Amino acid sequence: MVYPEKYKYTREHEWVEVAGNQGTIGITDYAQNSLGDIVFVDAPKVGAKVEKGAVFGSVESVKAVSDLYSPVSGTVTGVNEDLTSSPENVNTDAHSAWIIKVELNDPGELDSLLTAADYEKFIAEETGK
Amino acid sequence: MATTNMFTGTTRKVTAHLTQNEDLSFEKSSPGKKGYKLAPLDVPDVDAAALLEDAMREDAPTLPELSEIEIIRHFTRLSTWNYAIDLGMYPLGSCTMKYNPRVNEFVSRLEGIAEAHPYQPESLSQGALEIVKLLQDCLIEITGMDAITLQPAAGAHGEFTGILLARNYHESKGNPRKIVIIPDSAHGTNPATAASCGYQIVNLKSNAQGGVDVAALAQIVNEDTAAMMLTNPSTIGVFENEIHKIADVLHDKGALLYMDGANMNALVGKTRPGDFGVDVMHLNLHKTFSTPHGGGGPGSGPVACKRILEPFLPSPILAKGSDGLLHWNYDRPQSVGRVRMLYGNFGMFVRALAYILANGPDGLRQTTEDAVLNANYIRKKLEDVYELPYTTSSMHEVVFSDKRQTKNGIKTGDIAKRLIDYGFHPYTTSFPLIVPGALMIEPTESESREELDLFIDAMRQIAREVDENPEIVTSAPHSTRISRLDETTAARKPVLRWKAPAANDSVEIDTAAKEW
Amino acid sequence: MRYLPKSDSERTEMLREIGAASINDLFSAIPEEYRLARDLDVPRQMGESEIVEHFKAAAAKNANGYTSFLGAGAYRHYRPVIIDSLVQRGEFLTSYTPYQAEITQGTLQAIFEFQTMICELTGMDIANASMYDGSTGAAEAVMMAVRITGRDGVLVARTVHPEYREVMHTYAQHQGHEAREIEYGQDGRIDLAALEQAVTEDIACVLVQSPNFFGIIEDIPAIAKIAHKKGALLIVSIAEAVSLGIVRPPVEADIVSMEAQSFGVALSYGGPYCGVLAAKEKYLRQMPGRLVGETKDTEGRRGFVLTLSTREQHIRREKATSNICTNQALVALMTTIFLTVYGKQGMRELAVQNLAKAKYAADTLGKQGKLRFAKTTRFNEFVLQTDEAPEQLNARLLEKKIVGGLPLKKWYPELGNATLWCATELTTKVHIDAAAAVVAGAPVAVSAR
Repeated sequence: MVYPEKYKYTREHEWVEVAGNQGTIGITDYAQNSLGDIVFVDAPKVGAKVEKGAVFGSVESVKAVSDLYSPVSGTVTGVNEDLTSSPENVNTDAHSAWIIKVELNDPGELDSLLTAADYEKFIAEETGK
Repeated sequence: MATTNMFTGTTRKVTAHLTQNEDLSFEKSSPGKKGYKLAPLDVPDVDAAALLEDAMREDAPTLPELSEIEIIRHFTRLSTWNYAIDLGMYPLGSCTMKYNPRVNEFVSRLEGIAEAHPYQPESLSQGALEIVKLLQDCLIEITGMDAITLQPAAGAHGEFTGILLARNYHESKGNPRKIVIIPDSAHGTNPATAASCGYQIVNLKSNAQGGVDVAALAQIVNEDTAAMMLTNPSTIGVFENEIHKIADVLHDKGALLYMDGANMNALVGKTRPGDFGVDVMHLNLHKTFSTPHGGGGPGSGPVACKRILEPFLPSPILAKGSDGLLHWNYDRPQSVGRVRMLYGNFGMFVRALAYILANGPDGLRQTTEDAVLNANYIRKKLEDVYELPYTTSSMHEVVFSDKRQTKNGIKTGDIAKRLIDYGFHPYTTSFPLIVPGALMIEPTESESREELDLFIDAMRQIAREVDENPEIVTSAPHSTRISRLDETTAARKPVLRWKAPAANDSVEIDTAAKEW
Repeated sequence: MRYLPKSDSERTEMLREIGAASINDLFSAIPEEYRLARDLDVPRQMGESEIVEHFKAAAAKNANGYTSFLGAGAYRHYRPVIIDSLVQRGEFLTSYTPYQAEITQGTLQAIFEFQTMICELTGMDIANASMYDGSTGAAEAVMMAVRITGRDGVLVARTVHPEYREVMHTYAQHQGHEAREIEYGQDGRIDLAALEQAVTEDIACVLVQSPNFFGIIEDIPAIAKIAHKKGALLIVSIAEAVSLGIVRPPVEADIVSMEAQSFGVALSYGGPYCGVLAAKEKYLRQMPGRLVGETKDTEGRRGFVLTLSTREQHIRREKATSNICTNQALVALMTTIFLTVYGKQGMRELAVQNLAKAKYAADTLGKQGKLRFAKTTRFNEFVLQTDEAPEQLNARLLEKKIVGGLPLKKWYPELGNATLWCATELTTKVHIDAAAAVVAGAPVAVSAR
């Protein structure tokens, strides 16, 4: 799996794509693969505040739930409504099935996130491959 | 499906057999069929619409209309699709799937017992109250505690009650405290319960033997700790032999030790939680005390406690009056309140008491010994083919892991499904969480040597299949009415009730279904 | 011991194969000081005939052959015999929770039918596979409403069963959503004006019972309007489920919490009973308890499975919608069979019989005492006021082997000498007339309160 270069990543397996002051957030392919068939995505509403490192929602498969940790702090400006009827989109293409869009409070937070190369190395260590 | 010249194992226990198909009762219904006849009214009839006016129901609810024989066949056919203890062993860990004695069912249906109204005068309920008293006394003796409530409806409800007792106790001392400590091996009801009582949970990582790390515990217990919730034996079937140290560490800081009594089947008659430092605990009458599982309940979750917690017990409590009669005492100013209406699942009290009387002290002890013997027998006979994650000795249940099988890509869930083809219910998979790929096996004392040997043989055959014919394991079960179900679609697009087809819908034949 | 399928020689042999010298070797992990060195002090082992005698003796000390006019949340209805014939089949009685769907389709299909029937009766979209009982169901419904709305104000009618309210208080006290009680009016229903005043944007839910504790049917549409105006949810609790055969279902409710004991579950001195929660579809993910869903297997055959388990404790742990695990499956099966036996026409006929018996009882007894809330619509219970103290009246009734109405002073002191009476399809004219005669024969010197 090729992890998009232009994204930044967390150790909790979220990605964020930044354009100006807008961040788009989703979970990585590694995450969707570990979870199995995704049945439900629990996302916050537009206007909600998210905090870097804090839980902002969850992703459910049949037998497990995974909390979602925000890579950045800010305000939710968009929620992917497609995932309500088609949560499986996250399985088919995790890197384009975004979950929320956020207006960033502090773009400086991005500096401490992982690059695609760092993230690939991180999961290689995790899986012991 | 596997090719025929690959190893499939011999299944001595079961044979394929025809079972009847049966649609939903709604689908078999037709207007005008009747399964009931009411006695005629001996009072004047009423015009319901006139009496109820706006409260009148316009439509009759859509319920099936079937004759009695159709109803008998409907449910009888459905029953034949179930596995049950009456058919064979359930190796489910921590469920204690023991024999459900029939005399229990008989006595619970005696007229004076089954038809007793909970609000009838106490003078006319002395029989019921005597049953409650005797069961309470027996359970107090068995647990080594000082007081008990039979009100909670099931184990989780008992946990809630127990933690509430702890909370009210701490409040009476001026500080409700903030935290409940729970081992990472605990059953999910434990943290769910603590949260519902307003406590934060601190997870305690198990030590290398799968038990409580006493040193780590001592580091985190402080004056903010309300209690620790402990299952003993643990969910890996091992007795916490440092239990007295655990109790001391907690008591030193004024915290309480709560014991989840799900695994009491390893302790009854051999040791008592009240003796080894437990302050409050719940019991599962539907596990240790033989009341039937019934497809998922009813259960009963009595909570026993030490004297210091007695004032806080749910109200009412049973007491003997100056008239020599038993009464419900509602004058309990420090009580946590009621956790449910009325007195508890009385029907289960009757069954549990019948079980205790059928056993007596010698039977109870022998039961525990046989339960532990059976689990250790299985452990001995399977430890060369399945991985034992911990070498500490097992009590009434043994936990293996699928480590040796995952190198062939086979997981515990697959092995469990294949076990069905051998005529057994699966063991508990993937719990406790501290053992990745767990196989949690509790035979109980109700299994004969023959049944145990059949189980061991099946598990050994499956281990061989994992090496020689893995496909037959991953695609199991092969012998059931239906194969593995699409749980993903069931969760993505839930269909939780039957709906009548609209009037103009033609019935579509399900061409995807296999004809035979 | 006859439940243990082992001979002593088998035990010895098995120990040998394990490599243990004695059974106590297998208990060596228990520190010596805690090993019981004595027999448990419980009654000695009894033969089966002794066990039966023991319970027969106990049963004989309970009311036998008495006619009862008690209701108040536990109702005496006829239980068709086939209920016990069927639920005592070992495949239902001794089966486990249907986590392994391939070998528990019997239990799962029966629950799916149960869920469907509850929806049909209550007018809700979804129903779960049961809660412990009506009282804990009500408490869980309140917690559900608090989760859904994010508000913590709760309003409860004082005409909700007193013990239900006690349970709700026990659950609420550590979760920050204590309930405020709303009084009832002259007509025995919730005081709508008082309710309107109390509902604000902080209120998560309004909980009423209908028929209420006095047997009176509440004006659900009016209550719903008041609650919904400020975004509060309406929870309707139902204690006498048979009422749904003839009384309009509370379709305006957001959540219905029902006690289904009336549907073929024995009184059994208070339990086990059968709670159930039903709700509008949009609240599905906040619904506690087990849910059974329809799906297909790998060959395209229809099957049923436990679903949406991620709400539950075994996965969610501390974030679960509830800590409930074991529920009331076998009792729910009894209700499913009951509802199948009576069916569409039978439930209506049964409910009408209850109405008729209660009307005759209320009219007849009302001539001797005073019927309280006389003009308000009721189902099968009513409140009777007498000059005579209830304790004395009931003592006189007991002499005639009649258990009279439940005295209400304990919970509603303002009602003085009021008693709550219930008549069902099993109550006979003969007994109603006999009770009325006793009430009429009250001693002339009235006893003080």
